[in-house]
Amino acid sequence: MYTTISGTGSALPENRVTNRDFERLVDTSDEWIITRTGISERRISSGENTSDLAAQAAANALSNAGVDPLDVDLIIAATVSPDKFTPTVSCQVQKALGLAKATCFDLWAGCTGFIFALMTADSLIRSGLFGRALVIGAEVLSKLVDWTDRGTCVLFGDGAGAVVLSRSESPGLLAHFTGSDGARGHVLCIDGVQLANPWTDGAGPSPSGPGSVIRMDGQEVFKFAVTAMQQSIRRVCELAGIELDDVPYIIPHQANDRIIESVAGRMKIPRSRFYTNLDRRGNTSAASIPIALDEMNRADVLKPRMPLLLVGFGGGLTWGASMVRWMPNSREDS
Amino acid sequence: MVFDQLKAIIVDQLDVAPEDVSPASSFTDDLGADSLDMVELIMAIEERMGVHIAQKEAGNLTTVGDVLAFVEAQKGAGVAK
Repeated sequence: MYTTISGTGSALPENRVTNRDFERLVDTSDEWIITRTGISERRISSGENTSDLAAQAAANALSNAGVDPLDVDLIIAATVSPDKFTPTVSCQVQKALGLAKATCFDLWAGCTGFIFALMTADSLIRSGLFGRALVIGAEVLSKLVDWTDRGTCVLFGDGAGAVVLSRSESPGLLAHFTGSDGARGHVLCIDGVQLANPWTDGAGPSPSGPGSVIRMDGQEVFKFAVTAMQQSIRRVCELAGIELDDVPYIIPHQANDRIIESVAGRMKIPRSRFYTNLDRRGNTSAASIPIALDEMNRADVLKPRMPLLLVGFGGGLTWGASMVRWMPNSREDS
Repeated sequence: MVFDQLKAIIVDQLDVAPEDVSPASSFTDDLGADSLDMVELIMAIEERMGVHIAQKEAGNLTTVGDVLAFVEAQKGAGVAK
């Protein structure tokens, strides 16, 4: 028993924010942002929350897959920016789409979340426990950005992507490679709810809220990303038994163009083999890979049985890659 | 020689001409390196010259000469050139 991706979908906020728009907010310039990151514009929610984008992406993926949505028995949403702690984004998607049969949970693994969620759904279906999954990556990072910090606020965007994962007689997901290093977790941080109750030291309980912002040591994260991305690419090729030269496209987490440039140069892979959309999307964390995959699908770039290498890295620290064989039509019809 | 090896790495990483690289050259002011260029340069020097440059020390290396001195000290080079 194997699984295959039988459809893809994505959803973005309507509101486009360019680098010029940021010049009005913080001390920055279009030139600085483009040369440091490669980003020109990104979508920033002016009202859509994470579950809204997630549900739209999921609906688009189900429509693309052409399967009966009511068959979905598993929904996993990878996110670090849920609407609520509970109900989860996955439960909210279930409600929005009326998928009564599903077991739903969210998965927190930073920008690697989609890779970990894909691996989890693959394993759960192959174990026989489930039959059809929605695997979603969805973020409204604009809720977590320090809008006074010019070093970070320009980097991130909002959006969601989703895939339908179905049973298959031949493998559409060939291999996964994953890893984590909590010892270095402090270099990329978004604080949670403050610990404050009548028994803790300090002034007493205070509400959770806008204090949680993305903070990172850019140089350390850059070094980590370049190393982790290379290792993940190599190892997943070994595990899948596929030569990197035979993989037409690598779909990396879209964090920063300089990371992709660095890895392409070091591994001597033509830059064109790395699908890139961060110039228009910014860093959408767990949503970046499924959004990219959907864009490639809609652009008719993906051919039957084509190997695709999905690779992510991010907060945790976490990293990983999945080798996909593009076979949307070999889903089992049930 | 250590300087020649270092110069080759700098030329490669920062995309500058060899004649522009002297011990007095400042990475940011003379060789046009930004903070991410510096991270990549340090990584390349570590890998290709077999040294380790801790994050704290990397911050003090502003000229080519600073890096040269650091690498030579690590390699225990007491050889006269």
